[in-house]
Amino acid sequence: MNPTLPAPSSAVSDRVRPLPPMSSSLMTKRRVSNNVMKGLCGLATILAIIPLFLVLYYVTIQGIKVMNPAFFTEVQRPAGDPGGGFKHAIVGTLMMVGLASCIGLPVGILGGIYLSEFGQNRFGFIVRFATDVLNGIPSIIIGVFVYSIAVLPVSRATREWNDPITFSAWAGGLALGIMMIPTVMRTTEEIVRLVPQSLREGALALGDTRWHSTLKIVLGAAKGGVITGVLLAIARIAGETAPLLFTAADSLYMNLNPSKQTASLPVRIYLSATSPDDHWNALAWGGAFVLVAMILILSLLARYATRARNV
Amino acid sequence: MLVSTKPNSTQTEQPVAEITPDAQSVTSSERAVNQSVAISARANANSVPTNAVTKMTAAGVNLHYGPKHALKNVSATFPEKTITALIGPSGCGKSTFLRCLNRMNDLIDGCKITGDIQLDEENIYARGVDVVQLRQRVGMVFQKPNPFPMTIWDNVAYGPRLRGIKNKNLLAEIVQESLEGAALWNEVKDDLKKSALGLSGGQQQRLCIARALATKPEVVLMDEPCSALDPISTLKIEELMRELRSQYTIIIVTHNMQQAARCSDKTAFFLLGELVEMDSSSKMFTDPSDKRTEDYITGRFG
Ligand SMILES: Nc1ncnc2c1ncn2[C@@H]1O[C@H](COP(=O)(O)OP(=O)(O)O)[C@@H](O)[C@H]1O
Ligand SMILES: [Mg+2]
Repeated sequence: MNPTLPAPSSAVSDRVRPLPPMSSSLMTKRRVSNNVMKGLCGLATILAIIPLFLVLYYVTIQGIKVMNPAFFTEVQRPAGDPGGGFKHAIVGTLMMVGLASCIGLPVGILGGIYLSEFGQNRFGFIVRFATDVLNGIPSIIIGVFVYSIAVLPVSRATREWNDPITFSAWAGGLALGIMMIPTVMRTTEEIVRLVPQSLREGALALGDTRWHSTLKIVLGAAKGGVITGVLLAIARIAGETAPLLFTAADSLYMNLNPSKQTASLPVRIYLSATSPDDHWNALAWGGAFVLVAMILILSLLARYATRARNV
Repeated sequence: MLVSTKPNSTQTEQPVAEITPDAQSVTSSERAVNQSVAISARANANSVPTNAVTKMTAAGVNLHYGPKHALKNVSATFPEKTITALIGPSGCGKSTFLRCLNRMNDLIDGCKITGDIQLDEENIYARGVDVVQLRQRVGMVFQKPNPFPMTIWDNVAYGPRLRGIKNKNLLAEIVQESLEGAALWNEVKDDLKKSALGLSGGQQQRLCIARALATKPEVVLMDEPCSALDPISTLKIEELMRELRSQYTIIIVTHNMQQAARCSDKTAFFLLGELVEMDSSSKMFTDPSDKRTEDYITGRFG
């Protein structure tokens, strides 16, 4: 069973027939429809960015009015008393975003790596589907869920019968952390999948183990993209209100103890904006401005991380 | 899982379990004795380089990618400290065969290998063989340069670090030695802390060679290492191979007949998954025994 030789390739065909010339009316028609479509696309793009600029403009104009050192160094004063600030809300948001990152980042990043490197099987398919569903679940449902597993049981176990329910920053961080997982996991998976197979093989050929080469080489090559995903996920949860309503609730005081109920920017904005006090309304604009600025900065950092060279 | 189909019955017929998984524990004198026995047993296999010690052998290797039969009963011997070239048209299984020699095909789903491949008289597919250790002994350079996205220094030090070497001075010595070995030291000695991705294609490929040399392999596999390079870089790498020949067993896949003729001691010709002929390069390129080999090297097809 010797292999047979492939037949020598035949000589290049000389039967190349020229196409008939294109009619001028067809060329005009194509040029016109090209320009019309180009115009429509441009218009749609402008319509899409108008709301963004209006929101940014309005929030900045209103928020800048209350921007002063006190806004960052003082807590809110009782209604009717001018002055005061949103320190408690800013600190609360930072604390809960930090707690959320402690949950969301390890689970999301390691899970994403698993899906990309080892997840080409039934289990991987199920996990992928589940994260997509989790991503689509309304945030208020996550809030209720965490309320029932991390707020009520703790409350029942610790409080006297007529104490208030023990909301906590732990619970708020948990809710936000759960919300981070799908975004971080799927972006990590997509980015890690883009790392060329040749890098993995290069490391394995040097006698590396699968797991070590994944952490060291694959994640190293993908780190720009992973950081982008992480920053965008943080930007997304920093402004979430619904999951915090039942978990961290709200507070008018500065609090650094994660076991206590804690203010956050979104919840404080909501409650101050809907209060009858004009000064509190103004502070709400200030809070909105700070929140938007934080998210904008995170998004810019994310862009920068993507662009940075991989070394 | 592995069917031993060795043609020479005088050769090691011991059951798999008796094979020491750690080849480095076999003393070199023991190894030499084993090998001299093996050589006499295999005297008819290949008449090339006369008294060379056999480093690797493949016997009756069959490989399937799912339904595709990619290697058909391939047997070959690779003498120590020689350069063996694997030639043949695209898709004939050269890379596949090369990747069997350091078990890189283990990573591919649905890839089934049978037959016997030995490194220093030990079946590398035997149960209990540590793949990580095997790959440290049998290094590989790929077709496309694949430097890691790190500094030049970290690239070369990657392998030694895997072996647990942490001493900075020792690492620095190994890095310099390996880069010198790959004829790259003079070009990069001031840029060791710069990204390896900033190097030219030819420099990147030599860096990959240095990286492979840094783990002190015994065998170096090269899969068309020059196919992505310009003629000058190609010449540099060929020169390098000739220098490395005194210390390493080199097996290289190449599409370039001149390269095979210039650089290699032995040549193996693959066609449609079969090893058609394997002999000393001088014989293969002047007086091949098989008509198909002659057709290929004279450029009648391929
Ligand atoms: N991972 C794979 N899965 C399935 N088929 C493969 C795979 N790798 C190679 N092949 C097939 O095996 C044959 C030999 O491929 P290869 O060893 O890469 O050839 P060469 O290196 O000689 O050009 C080809 O027909 C190729 O299509
Ligand atoms: Mg190939």
